[in-house]
Amino acid sequence: MNTMPQPHEFIDIGADVAGIREALARRWAIVVGGLVIVMLGLFVAAMVMGDFPVTPKQIVTSLLSPFTGTTQKGIDFIVLGVRLPRALVAIAAGIAFGISGVLFQGVLRNPLASPDIIGITMGSSTTAVAAIILFHLGGGWLAAAALVGGLGTAGLIYLLAWHQGVSPYRVVLVGIGIGAMMTAIMSYIFTRARLVEVQEAVTWLTGSLNGSQMKDALQLGAEVVVLCLLLIPLSRAAGALELGDDTARALGSRVERARFLLLGVGVALCALATAVTGPIAFVALMAGPIARLLLGPSGGAIVPAALVGAAVTLGADLIAQHLLFGVQLPVGVVTGGIGALFLIAMLITANRTGRTS
Amino acid sequence: MAATLAHTARSRTLAAGLALLVALLMLMSLASLAVGARAIPLGEVVGALFDPNAGGTNATILRELRIPRTLLALLVGAAIGLSGAIMQGVTRNPLADPGLLGINSGAALFVVLGISLFGLTTLTAYVWLGFGGAAVATVLVYAVASLGREGATPIKLALAGAAITAAFGSITTGALMIDATTLDAFRFWQVGSLAGRGTDILVSIAPFLAAGIALALVTGRLLDAMALGDDIARGLGQRVMLARGIAALAWIVLAGGATAAAGPIAFVGLTVPHAARAITGPSYRWILPYSAVMAPILLLGADILGRVLAPPGELQVGIVTAALGAPLFIFLVRRRRLAEL
Repeated sequence: MNTMPQPHEFIDIGADVAGIREALARRWAIVVGGLVIVMLGLFVAAMVMGDFPVTPKQIVTSLLSPFTGTTQKGIDFIVLGVRLPRALVAIAAGIAFGISGVLFQGVLRNPLASPDIIGITMGSSTTAVAAIILFHLGGGWLAAAALVGGLGTAGLIYLLAWHQGVSPYRVVLVGIGIGAMMTAIMSYIFTRARLVEVQEAVTWLTGSLNGSQMKDALQLGAEVVVLCLLLIPLSRAAGALELGDDTARALGSRVERARFLLLGVGVALCALATAVTGPIAFVALMAGPIARLLLGPSGGAIVPAALVGAAVTLGADLIAQHLLFGVQLPVGVVTGGIGALFLIAMLITANRTGRTS
Repeated sequence: MAATLAHTARSRTLAAGLALLVALLMLMSLASLAVGARAIPLGEVVGALFDPNAGGTNATILRELRIPRTLLALLVGAAIGLSGAIMQGVTRNPLADPGLLGINSGAALFVVLGISLFGLTTLTAYVWLGFGGAAVATVLVYAVASLGREGATPIKLALAGAAITAAFGSITTGALMIDATTLDAFRFWQVGSLAGRGTDILVSIAPFLAAGIALALVTGRLLDAMALGDDIARGLGQRVMLARGIAALAWIVLAGGATAAAGPIAFVGLTVPHAARAITGPSYRWILPYSAVMAPILLLGADILGRVLAPPGELQVGIVTAALGAPLFIFLVRRRRLAEL
């Protein structure tokens, strides 16, 4: 039978709670540490592996060459001109997609609501396809078009879903509808274009790290850092939102404003990354759930999700480059394959445990 | 007594309304026969309809192109309208539509695999491939969405459909990247079009669509009971699993057949049942026939617009319905309190 806890038992409960909190913090640190190690390992693999074998010693010499002045002819080009930018873009894009996904999933309170699925990536893709086929743009202009498309579509979805505030439910549904409309527009453009242009567009749509430049890596990296800094003051609101609107309001958060800002950061990250690499399927969707799986009840999924995103992108790119002998697949094909299986598994378990609303 | 009288009066009004719509449908069909890149005067249209051996270019165009196309539009339109209404009734989900529940992506995937792996590029082959893919996708979406306590709620169905669409879409894109000829064949199928579908397509798909339509019209009673909820339906003597199975069979045959014949046509199956419901009220015994008539009207209208808007070429019917349907869909989502369902 339950009896009233005695004073000394209260003190024990307090100690237990502190103990649990410590254990959770420790788990978080272990997960983050582990992910950092995995990411570094993949980074090293990305630098070492390839048609042109390079030893770690040569890599280090190359990386230090701006400071030491020792140049190794072909190796420097491979390391500094090709592999390093590619790996850095993979990490930056992976972080961007990962954080964007976990923000969406948290704010919309649904593990399946990621930018890929609710139409925002479709928006970027449609404007990019229009840019490639109708205006024959490439490079920087293409990236700008993708960015405008993503932001514009997000704004449109938000406006259309706004009805005395924005309910997550409506955002998802409107997003799916807008996504369908964007697909229709893209299909129309595809029927009107020459086959060569369509092929070019389809290649872009698959998401690839080929031809990554150092300046892309640095630019995207800087943008990601700035946006992450914006997240720091919002992190408390992010946690509160997950508990539901009423609870969040009771805890003092301004729910609408927090939702808007968090989604805004998520959209910006996703659109910026898409502009550089094209839409890399499913990274945004997978990062959050994998991070949560590792973390268990210890919260703070944003940093782990970022690391998971980076690790997945790096890993998928390695697989894409070396899976088929002589053929370099775009990274999006691999993430698409893994992601599709992952998605279905996730749907099944999420539904079974009743976690979707 | 008064209630029965009111009920009969209402039934009579609705029957009259339906007759009016059928008349409108006839008019649209005639318009569809007459309008196009080559305008055919109505006198010749009527003449060719009654004289199967009429000669001359116009009569040939009518016989080979316009009549099969119009007939196909009628069947496909009715199929889409009915399948949308049935889906909405069975799933108690106002957002059910073939495109949103993954059928189109399933059909697309099988078509692409058929083209790239087996080199099948005839429209007839697309029909069978599309059918198979649509069935597989539907089963997958519904199965995945109905896991869990609440069964297939609107949001779970929409997300499962979007997720399966994304998954199948990735594989489809992958296959398209590898082979340019597949891409070339596929990009035209994907838009949803009634053009170029001649008598052979009509003949191969018509039996299925006709059977599906007949089956669907019979399910009106079942859907009315199901709308009250499983428990009450059982209490009223309905075998719920069997009813759901029959309805699902009708919907797969209709939606799958329609997508197989014409490619994925967006939004018609979604919005027409709502328009029908606005006129007839909540009983599926009326919603189904109204949807079966209103949807072809919409489809023919879109097809005619498509022929007229972009001379000398054609705007595919799927594009027009998407352009008209998307704003309607958004309006629906904003206006209705869908969480109630």
